[in-house]
Amino acid sequence: MTEPVTMMAATTRLDYVFTAGVAQSKNLHGLEEGKFIGQRCPKCKKVYTLSRGSCPVDGLPTDEIVELPNTGTVTTYCVVNVPFAGQSIEIPYICAQILLDGANLSFMGLIQEIPIDQIRMGLRVEAVWVEPDELGPTMASVKYFRPSGEPDAEFDSYKEYL
Amino acid sequence: MSERCAVIGIGQTVAKSKREDVSIAGLVREAAVMALEDAGLSFADIDAVVVGKAPDMFEGVMMPELYLAAALGAVGKPMFRVHTAGSVGGSTAIVAAHLVASGIHQRVLTVAFEKQSDSDAMWALSVPQPFSSPLLAGAGGYFAPIIRAYMHRSGAPRDTGMKVAVKDRLHALKNPYAHLHLPDISLKMVEDSIMLWDPLHYLEACPSSDGAAAMIIGSEKAAAQATSDTGRPPAWIHGMAMRSEPTMFAGRDQVNPQAGRDCAADLYRQAGISDPRADFDMAEVYVPFSWYEPMWLENLGFCAEGDGWKLTEAGATSMIEGGDIPWNCSGGVLSSNPIGASGMLRFLETALQVRGMAGEHQVADARRALGQAYGGGSQFFAMWVVAADKP
Repeated sequence: MTEPVTMMAATTRLDYVFTAGVAQSKNLHGLEEGKFIGQRCPKCKKVYTLSRGSCPVDGLPTDEIVELPNTGTVTTYCVVNVPFAGQSIEIPYICAQILLDGANLSFMGLIQEIPIDQIRMGLRVEAVWVEPDELGPTMASVKYFRPSGEPDAEFDSYKEYL
Repeated sequence: MSERCAVIGIGQTVAKSKREDVSIAGLVREAAVMALEDAGLSFADIDAVVVGKAPDMFEGVMMPELYLAAALGAVGKPMFRVHTAGSVGGSTAIVAAHLVASGIHQRVLTVAFEKQSDSDAMWALSVPQPFSSPLLAGAGGYFAPIIRAYMHRSGAPRDTGMKVAVKDRLHALKNPYAHLHLPDISLKMVEDSIMLWDPLHYLEACPSSDGAAAMIIGSEKAAAQATSDTGRPPAWIHGMAMRSEPTMFAGRDQVNPQAGRDCAADLYRQAGISDPRADFDMAEVYVPFSWYEPMWLENLGFCAEGDGWKLTEAGATSMIEGGDIPWNCSGGVLSSNPIGASGMLRFLETALQVRGMAGEHQVADARRALGQAYGGGSQFFAMWVVAADKP
């Protein structure tokens, strides 16, 4: 009775409903069809992947839809070797910033089918999609990226997108 | 228009991995009472309270400031909550100081905290989202690729980060409030620690800490009264600045963010700083992962872009090696990381230094110091300059 209670675990579960909105719906429907969708700013002409519908620099709607290819470049990366609650990928894994060809913003992607000690900046990669009947409006439609076999990209070609 | 203001009281808890003897309320009150005692004040003397912490999802206590009002003596007084991710401790101190600089209040208590043992920050920072891959592995997973980009751009040798990891832990041995005391720390020990987020070793990352920091910001009149009552000098605030930038835009330079450069330029203009390396006697800068020291040396204008690692390698930032611009004499975020409080600890340590009250990690004759905090995906910055002399 005299010992203080120093810790009690209280588990909380949170289920969210996510309203994607008009801009993200376009991206998510693209993923559902096995395609990457970009959106171009009418002023700076930069193409945003996973766009939120406006250019963060110019503040203008990115109304022009651009279909992007399946290929891109690893601009930078890290090898994750730390376990944590809720992790869904076996460690160690390669988490890379991928700049799709024709896009002006990189995003985080999983790289597989390459030994971990061979990952490098400038590596050319291609997306591997889930089976057609498994495609859905989510990034989970992209299984991972793998080396495309092309020669590495020059640093100057992606240095603005690290 | 702006009134002079100063830090007149300081309190901090000893950072630990688990403070099982106190609740969050007990933790913040401990730091607040220490700050009041330092200033020769009681809760009744305080006009307003400004509280900061990192995301509520860490401890799972939403809007904790509401329940902390009583513990912090804020009942019946104005109370504010500030949130700017990891930079929040710095932003919180600045909001408190603005309330005094504007002439609204005479004495403001500001407190920041994190109780990481109650939380799972790795989980909270890695929650899967439907529009992105579930890859993010905590803050380290976010910052490691940016560090790799810095290494590539600057041509820095691979051991610069390890050198920072050793240096800050050696500094921490002089600070009784620091969480990590690793007397045997060495480059080999860092190199032999597990590679968590290649290129970052375990010992190149900050610990998870429980801790709180508190300061009393006072007007010129309040500062004179405190010095008269306690015999302890104030730390005068010579400039304060905050900046933010979007997390994602084409061509964003995350290695050397524009918001950080703009924030420093504004701060230096206010404080009359033309050559940071020469004008400051020390700096406390938010370095949660070792490589952020050379990166922020450049971002804060202590050297040209690409040269930060050269200062670190030369020992310029080490008080042990007698460097001309010691950074993080307290041991920094690499030695104590109660996330919400970590930014305030940077600001608080600069005040301790210019008051001459830093004990074993005191920089001799420290007259002017820079405090910096950053947060989120490097999109929030908060900075201040404090000095022994009145502005």
